[in-house]
Amino acid sequence: MMKITRNRILTLITLVVFAGFLAYSQATFNPYILRIMNLCAIFTIFAVTFNLVYGYTGQFSLGHAGFAAVGAYTAALLTMTPVQKELNFFLEPIVPVLANVQWPFLPAMLLGGVLAAVVGFLIGWPALRLRGDYLAIATLGFGEIIRVLFVNMQRVTNGSLGLKGIPEYTNVYWSWGLALVTIFVTKRLVDSSYGRALKAIRDDEVAAEALGVKLSYHKILAFTLSSFFVGIAGALLANLISTIDPKVFLFFLTYQVVGITVMGGMSSLTGSTVSACLYTVFLEALRPVESPFSIGPLRVPGVPGMRMVIFSALLLLVILFYRRGLFGQAEFSWDWFFEKTSALRARLGRTGKTAPAPSIESEEEERP
Amino acid sequence: MTLSLFFQHLANGISLGSLYALIAIGYTMVYGILRLINFAHGDIVMLGSYIAFYGVVMFFLPWWVSFPLAILLTGVVGIIIERTAYKPLREVPRINLFTSAVAVSFLLENLGLVIFGARPKGFHRPPVMDTVLYIGGAAVVSYTPIIILTALVLFGGLMFVVHRTKVGMAMRALSKDIETTGLMGVNTDQVITFSFALGSALAAAGGILWAIKFPQIQPLMGVMPGLKAFIAAVLGGIGDITGALIGGFLLGIAEIMLVAFMPNLAGYRDAFAYSILILLLLFRPTGIMGEMEPEKV
Amino acid sequence: MPTKKLFVPLLVIGLIASLVTACQPTPAAKETPAPAETAAAGEETTPEEVVIGVYEPLTGAFAAGGEFTMQGVNLAYKQKPKVLGVPIKLVVVDNRSDKAEAATAMARLINQEGAIAVVGSYGSSLSMAGGEVAEKAGIPVMGCSPTNPLVTQGKDYYFRACFIDPFQGRVMAKYAVEELGVKKVAIIQDVAQDYSVGLAAFFRKAFIELTGDASGIVSFTSYQTGDQDFTAQLGATLAAKPDAIFAPGYFAEAALLAKQARELGFKGPILGGDAYEAPELIEIGGDAVEGIIFSTHYHPDAELSPASKPFVEAFEAEYGERPSAFAALGYDAYMLTIDAIERANSFDPAAIRDAMAATKNFPGVTGTISMDENGDAVKTAVILTVENGKFKYLTTVSP
Repeated sequence: MMKITRNRILTLITLVVFAGFLAYSQATFNPYILRIMNLCAIFTIFAVTFNLVYGYTGQFSLGHAGFAAVGAYTAALLTMTPVQKELNFFLEPIVPVLANVQWPFLPAMLLGGVLAAVVGFLIGWPALRLRGDYLAIATLGFGEIIRVLFVNMQRVTNGSLGLKGIPEYTNVYWSWGLALVTIFVTKRLVDSSYGRALKAIRDDEVAAEALGVKLSYHKILAFTLSSFFVGIAGALLANLISTIDPKVFLFFLTYQVVGITVMGGMSSLTGSTVSACLYTVFLEALRPVESPFSIGPLRVPGVPGMRMVIFSALLLLVILFYRRGLFGQAEFSWDWFFEKTSALRARLGRTGKTAPAPSIESEEEERP
Repeated sequence: MTLSLFFQHLANGISLGSLYALIAIGYTMVYGILRLINFAHGDIVMLGSYIAFYGVVMFFLPWWVSFPLAILLTGVVGIIIERTAYKPLREVPRINLFTSAVAVSFLLENLGLVIFGARPKGFHRPPVMDTVLYIGGAAVVSYTPIIILTALVLFGGLMFVVHRTKVGMAMRALSKDIETTGLMGVNTDQVITFSFALGSALAAAGGILWAIKFPQIQPLMGVMPGLKAFIAAVLGGIGDITGALIGGFLLGIAEIMLVAFMPNLAGYRDAFAYSILILLLLFRPTGIMGEMEPEKV
Repeated sequence: MPTKKLFVPLLVIGLIASLVTACQPTPAAKETPAPAETAAAGEETTPEEVVIGVYEPLTGAFAAGGEFTMQGVNLAYKQKPKVLGVPIKLVVVDNRSDKAEAATAMARLINQEGAIAVVGSYGSSLSMAGGEVAEKAGIPVMGCSPTNPLVTQGKDYYFRACFIDPFQGRVMAKYAVEELGVKKVAIIQDVAQDYSVGLAAFFRKAFIELTGDASGIVSFTSYQTGDQDFTAQLGATLAAKPDAIFAPGYFAEAALLAKQARELGFKGPILGGDAYEAPELIEIGGDAVEGIIFSTHYHPDAELSPASKPFVEAFEAEYGERPSAFAALGYDAYMLTIDAIERANSFDPAAIRDAMAATKNFPGVTGTISMDENGDAVKTAVILTVENGKFKYLTTVSP
């Protein structure tokens, strides 16, 4: 009992400290760093949602980019001013319904998530009957169909011209706040009886069904919930870079998410978060590998494209040799933290006790 | 639409279809044996055309040397890929194999971007394939019948190997039941390697012919053909080689006809192909020639 | 495994370390005064070096254009590595032909590298993304070749060294109607490229205005970037019996399209825009693109200004090939930036911006350039054709 209260207090303290960190960064860090922090949060949401569907439920869905597009375009079209819309739709006027609406950020983003969830439901309902690699290709197809539709629906999305002048509402509070909400909701879900059903489906669908787990109900639940948050993340992205077009949502986006989640460890939310942040930061930090730069009269040529080669090679290596990824199925937990540092603390004489009996929350069983 | 225009479109559809078919038979064969949707198959197509290209441009080989050489070399690359990226994952859940294929695909594409450069290059079309013939009022360039013929010949060759040789028999046995076949004394590793080499070689042939029809190569050129070939394979019944051939032709013709009869929908061409795939997967996943495989518990 | 236990903490340390290092502002950033801080008078802090940023697509779909542009920029930098006596640090960042990357690249140049002005990008959609960031930060940007009007519209800090698509569409329509006597034209656009969609629309508008006949557009079809088979679109197009085809896409698809059009027996002229300009057009298109006509910014043979000839000579000496329009524009963009800094006689971004806006009759290698109120260059266009496997200059068109 005491442990749970202690854990809760610690989590609360961490959240407060984190909020303080966000406030500090928003005030002092330069826009470049803030941009990276926002991207970290957005990719965290992408990774966690993918993890929910694949890591926990065992459904390999490759439609992420499509749902992000739905969320992004919804939020964009709703938050842009009517003047901006008129400016953008210079080829063909926007559909009258959208021409004069302007919503504040939160409702627009929520609607983006809801629409993405609806699309997720419509796609999931037929598609989730397929297994494994077929599901992957089918969802990939759906994602691409969504994108092609957006390219051709000139009057609604402005087609390939894209949208420009989306108000930049996203800041670290929104992005990380929503990331934390996503993580929290997902964690609650997987820790509940629903979560056990999902894991059962992942481990052995036939057995799960034989045990009375309603397959489609649970799969669609996870899928729809995941799509909702992907839509939110898409909205955050649109209001961050303030201009979008269908090319932002090519399969490449989904691929990055897959890579991030696999490397972080399937079924580990901690892993997904850490991996997403690492990926975003390293991608920027590795820039010197690519760009040519001049030092006086000397020009040092870089090799453009090496970043993605490194990423692909890493992913391959992880799949081949280190399939668990960074965290495997382990999650960060205060108990684990205390257990790991107990030896250290004992040596420092803080607690005056020997190492407490381990009560780790992580699952260490091998996945079959 | 005039009759000669219709024939024009038909010729085009068959020509495009034979390309899809050629790539699809390699795809479906690998699936039949390994139960792997080789996501990287399209990129092997790309590799084949690049090797052929550099053979002509950098080593000044005549095309009738460079092309077969490229096919051979790509087969070797296929073996390397299989050994490094797929073999270690044979005992684990299949989804990892698929993820590995996705990773290989992206690795090949990005390596291509770095090594070959993103700018498209002009593929040299051998003069014999460049003359315009007039058949039934339709203008047909000589590569069209050559492509169709080559696809059929290679298909025939593959069928011969699969049905008339010992290796082929081993392949067929493997695709039915990999464990038992191993127990019967067949060296499964060797057979799998052989199938992969064959599949990659066919992909390379597809790539070279593709580059002849659309003489422009760039590192991402294999993505679409790969996906379309997969759709064709599913259409014909995944795992069935004859099905892949039929599926390829059907898909090619359907695609051209869609845009021909409804030019306003030309922008939706790829979406159309995906929709076919999804409908197939939902309502008739076994395709035209496939047989129902009961799921063993 | 002992290594596994170390792996995780190591990575976490790595994450923190990289965050910390990423947070360190580079020395150059400290030198750059924010616009508000600039000393109005009196203080004469001469920095040791100034940073001019360049963001271009060096990888991805637009890599070809980015590469060409960099040739021009690098040559210009070589010729003028200093401005107002201070050496320039040219920082080049790849935006990967990706919108989100373009915004990040611009942010990096401004916040991390401390650029006082930026040059770029090839590709209107990329320029729009970077433009949002630059506008907020108050750093002037000189675009090299983006032609979509939206890039500068409503922006005070974005300029471009090139003309815009409404002008270009008009140029081609005029040429088609007046020089070629085209009465019926078919348009085939790349629906996935904003450049193509825009140019097609402007051409259509101008064509109808010039002929007074809306039915002169006999067919309007689309394809997607990356498509290689246009026979279906061409079938519909040719059935309408046009005098000419206007296909304002990129060179890769255009070459194939031309080939297939010729194979189907079309003998009339094929027209396009500045995205045709790449050696691959001829490489891939071969005989089919002989006689193709397109508008672009520049040609080495067109002596558009006194600066043109020396530029061509220097370029050939440096690279062993003749410059393309994008290289020339890259060169001009850089030179225009330097010129603005010199006229402003200051490194303050706001002052540079004002000087850019005031550019009048600058002798660029792509012609005499003046900026209009939108920040677009008012200058001439050049019409080229392909003859005997080479780009040949036909004529110049003034606005």
